[in-house]
Amino acid sequence: MNIVSLSTKYVYPLLIALAVISLYRGHNLPGGGFIGGLLAASAVMLHALTSDWEQALRRLRVSPEQLMAGGLLLATFSGIFALGGGEPFMTARWMETFYLPLLGKVKLGTPFLFDIGVFFAVIGFTTKCAYSLGTYKY
Amino acid sequence: MIVLPILIPFLIGVLCLLVKKTSLSSTLSILGAFLQLGVAVWMLTEVVAAEIIAVQIGNWQAPFGISIVADLMAAIMVLITAVISLAVQFYALSDISKALKQKHFYAIVNLLLMGVNGSFLTGDLFNLYVWFEVMLIASFVLITMGGEKAQLEGGVKYLVINLLSSILFLCGIGLLYGKLGTLNMADIAAKMVDVEDAFLINSSAMLLFVAFGIKSALFPFFFWLPASYHTPNIAISALFAGLLTKVGVYALIRSYTLLFQTQFDLIQDVLIVVSACTMIFGVFGAACQYDIKKILSFHIISQIGYIVMGLAIGTPLAIAGAIFYTIHHIVVKTNLFLIGGLIERIYGTSDLKKLGGLFKWSPAFSLLFFIPAFSLGGIPPFSGFWAKFGVIRAGLEANHFWLVGAALFVGVFTLFSMTKIWAEAFWKKSEVESPPHWNSLTYSSVLPCVVLALITLYLSFFGNTLFSYAESTSAQLLNPSFYINALLN
Repeated sequence: MNIVSLSTKYVYPLLIALAVISLYRGHNLPGGGFIGGLLAASAVMLHALTSDWEQALRRLRVSPEQLMAGGLLLATFSGIFALGGGEPFMTARWMETFYLPLLGKVKLGTPFLFDIGVFFAVIGFTTKCAYSLGTYKY
Repeated sequence: MIVLPILIPFLIGVLCLLVKKTSLSSTLSILGAFLQLGVAVWMLTEVVAAEIIAVQIGNWQAPFGISIVADLMAAIMVLITAVISLAVQFYALSDISKALKQKHFYAIVNLLLMGVNGSFLTGDLFNLYVWFEVMLIASFVLITMGGEKAQLEGGVKYLVINLLSSILFLCGIGLLYGKLGTLNMADIAAKMVDVEDAFLINSSAMLLFVAFGIKSALFPFFFWLPASYHTPNIAISALFAGLLTKVGVYALIRSYTLLFQTQFDLIQDVLIVVSACTMIFGVFGAACQYDIKKILSFHIISQIGYIVMGLAIGTPLAIAGAIFYTIHHIVVKTNLFLIGGLIERIYGTSDLKKLGGLFKWSPAFSLLFFIPAFSLGGIPPFSGFWAKFGVIRAGLEANHFWLVGAALFVGVFTLFSMTKIWAEAFWKKSEVESPPHWNSLTYSSVLPCVVLALITLYLSFFGNTLFSYAESTSAQLLNPSFYINALLN
């Protein structure tokens, strides 16, 4: 086992954690679904580089297409949500803020749902691109 | 609810991404097209009643948020888009190979339709740019989907020139935003009235003109169109031929009736010269081609010239004529591409020199071609005659005699090209005994052509209905304060 695959073993969960953190803080601070998605996808790609694509995709459990579609559906749902209340498409709806230990003030709402959707769509898209380029046969 | 024409294709596209079986994704996509047609009809009736409907996305009020606006122009364009998408998707059932369908053909077609509808409905200039990019990416994938050498060549030309157009568009938006501090089209139009700085405004007006000119294949920016449109599958070409350039024309009409309506006198001369040159060069390009698809591609250009001629004249009648022309042209041109595809399927080639004898074998099929072809050529009583009549009469009333002369001259040549196809493919004696692949014509591929031909006939004999719609649309367009007030108050 060389040094890159050894470090990947430990960096993988760290990158995913970093991705989730930047996704969560993204509404008002630097970060968000897009950047979080890229970070998470970089973890998958690192895994694919050190082992192979089959293992990396198996670790994802769902196919990149499903991730993309699921993320986009989630993002659309966050927009449609407001239509039910007679408000225009994409109007933000927030839950009341509450406090959790460790996280502090928690504010959840449809914009966060949108960000999660973007997060998954970006992971799906980036891994799909890298997979297609990485496994292309000449 | 006017976001539905954008949402439906998006959701269908995403679902098609999930579905593995191609039969399921095609069913889903066609159901979506029917749904969209229903929504478009409903939206048009609503807009006719309420004159204009606007939604502020995310409930952010007008100059700051993105507005989605449906006035008569947008509603009519969304309706015709739905009709074309339905026809093309039926045709695609037998035209697109299973391998392409597995490469998510339906998902990408739906994303393209989302881009087209989004461009028609948006009331925000930057948002328009975003929809243009959505269309550009989706259409580039569709052109190069088959992976053939010619497709890649055409696709790269298409992509590069359209990216250039996007950059110019973005520069124009940037200049406007720097000067006026707003991107909302209504707000830009309202603020433009007080602006003294002609230098900045005119430069952004010209940048947008070139950007939209490339998109709609105006002279001298048209060369990418005949280089790329004949390469993909015919269903894809037909969709592009019907819709994509018309989005550019729509953007031109929107710009010079709303955004730069105060600058119209300045731009008018440019528009007149450009429209005349577009007509003439397009039709000359077609005259020297011997491939059905290439002839039809060049004819898109010359017909765009007629539409822009209506905009250039700028009187209410001329704009109404341009709108009527656009609708007539979308129906006829898509239909001609689809029928051209059928001819190619029967003979295995679209080279006119190798065709022949179609009239003897099937007068019914010949009639099917005759209707759109001679409607395009402007033979009375077909819709093309009324469309040309509208713009030319407006030109005469406004004393643009040499422009009218050019239009009439081009009309003769258009007829010449259509007669060329007719004489070569239908009347000429065939070299072979019987057409080789006659039974490759399936119901799903002939039916859309028949329906589009019936629409052409309807526009020919009952064109009054559409023309009265076009007249009220042009009245709305020429009264920009109506649009501005509806959005900003």
